[in-house]
Amino acid sequence: MPYIANTREDQQVMLETISCADFADMWRKSQVTIPEPPLSNIPEGMSEFEVISKLRKLAAKNATELHTFIGAGYYDHIIPAAVGEITGRSEFYTAYTPYQPEASQGTLQAIYEYQSMICRLTGMPVSNASLYDGGTALFEAMMLAIRTTRRRQVVVSEAVSPIFRKMLDAYSSNLNIELIQIPAGIDDSAQKDLLKAVSDRTACVIVQYPNFFGTIEAWVEFNEKIHEKKALSVCSTYPVSLALLTPPGELGFDIVTAEGQSLGNSLNFGGPYLGIMAVTEKLMRKMPGRVCGRTVDSDGKDGFVLTLQTREQHIRRESAMSNICSNESLCALSALVYLACVGKQGLIQVAELCAAKAAYARKLLLEIEGVEAVGGNAFFNEFVVQLPGDAAEIVGKLIDKGFAAGFPLGRYYPDRKNQLLVAVTEKRTKEEIKALATALEAVL
Amino acid sequence: MKYYSEEHEWIMVEDDEATIGISEYAAAELGDITYVELPMEEDDVIVGDTLGVIESVKAASDVYSPITGTVIEINNELEDNPGLINESAEKAGWICKLGNIDVAELDDLMTPDAYAKYLKTLA
Repeated sequence: MPYIANTREDQQVMLETISCADFADMWRKSQVTIPEPPLSNIPEGMSEFEVISKLRKLAAKNATELHTFIGAGYYDHIIPAAVGEITGRSEFYTAYTPYQPEASQGTLQAIYEYQSMICRLTGMPVSNASLYDGGTALFEAMMLAIRTTRRRQVVVSEAVSPIFRKMLDAYSSNLNIELIQIPAGIDDSAQKDLLKAVSDRTACVIVQYPNFFGTIEAWVEFNEKIHEKKALSVCSTYPVSLALLTPPGELGFDIVTAEGQSLGNSLNFGGPYLGIMAVTEKLMRKMPGRVCGRTVDSDGKDGFVLTLQTREQHIRRESAMSNICSNESLCALSALVYLACVGKQGLIQVAELCAAKAAYARKLLLEIEGVEAVGGNAFFNEFVVQLPGDAAEIVGKLIDKGFAAGFPLGRYYPDRKNQLLVAVTEKRTKEEIKALATALEAVL
Repeated sequence: MKYYSEEHEWIMVEDDEATIGISEYAAAELGDITYVELPMEEDDVIVGDTLGVIESVKAASDVYSPITGTVIEINNELEDNPGLINESAEKAGWICKLGNIDVAELDDLMTPDAYAKYLKTLA
């Protein structure tokens, strides 16, 4: 087999298909349809010094000192300095893809340990080496369910992150997949309606735990009913919350995905983020992405290698499980170092602080006249409150007072215009929470 | 009567039912088989459709259907013991049974003698 399977015959077939005599002809024909790029809009070149000054000025416009209470899937947690120090080491920072175990034991061991920690957090038996981000991981989960069940209908609750649902929709719109979205409440991902929508054509049901509005729901019976209909159950989760909650693996989910940013990765506008995916043993071979395994070498010493590679695209080409074979090794490494730094007890403490501070914040906010509770008390560190006016406008006013007060739900849920989704992490102090309540009261 | 395809599947037809597997030659070429992905019962296939995937320590290969038909039975034992194909590729290591077949299609396949000659051309 030639390294690049693009022979003269292949080229001729392709040219005939698009009715072109040769490449020069193709180039001529295609140029007609390409508009002139508006090069006149591109400014004159700048020196290095000028570029740095300009970028510094632009960066200074960022509001970096806000007291942030925005979550909605991405959370402002403390990152120990050791995370940056270790991931910044050149052995990790510049390492390329670890196909050669003889040259990549450090990277491979890190991936193996990352997978082991993800398995312990999620309660699932198998984790991959990571994917791009929480949204693409959820898409890959959907495709995994479709491959396994060979059904093409997917039912998703609207209590799943609207950002992720937008990604599911965009990725699947040209794939002959029927994506059914079920309206949900704050306290209930519409379990009954989801079950009603499941048919013998349903590949999977996708929910979020805790849901997008922060609510923790019971899933065991729900998952049993999904399995009775031979569909798979998929959940997107928030890794830090799992230090306190029953892990999704014990609730009967078949595929668990998550945005892993909250584990040692900073909040970046658009990424890079970390896609977590863990599955049951039964689905292991249908799971996309790499898996690193532990083995022994010819001297009987422990070693690490990429395993189950025969399903990947460099071997199976178009029959590969997924053509997203990259992982986010550096982000996964940050998650690993973070988890190793805080330890099991430390992560529980982080989660307990988040939950206690969020409960305190909710209590203070609900004491304000005009602020009403939406939903019950079963939340981790994020909850919804009803404001007496447009939440987006109120958030705008609070920005001027130094607070990013929350995520106005009206942006994605038009009938929830006055509702604000508030997240509290261990980073927020009691004083900041009190100050938020005072500032909110003042602008209402 | 037993027939073979150029892709190294064997097929045995009895009472309008076809049992399908991979040949001993194919099993030996693949090496230790670690996983077999089976078709699903009631799957309709035509000649050349994928009936499953065999994963070994060396490669992952599709199993192609040598005949048109409907899957009526699968060899569930392979799920727990994929090595059965290495031990007994052409007996206990069968992959699935097809019904609803068209025996005329068997004419396009090789007899055991023809397959043995075909293998020599590959050496």
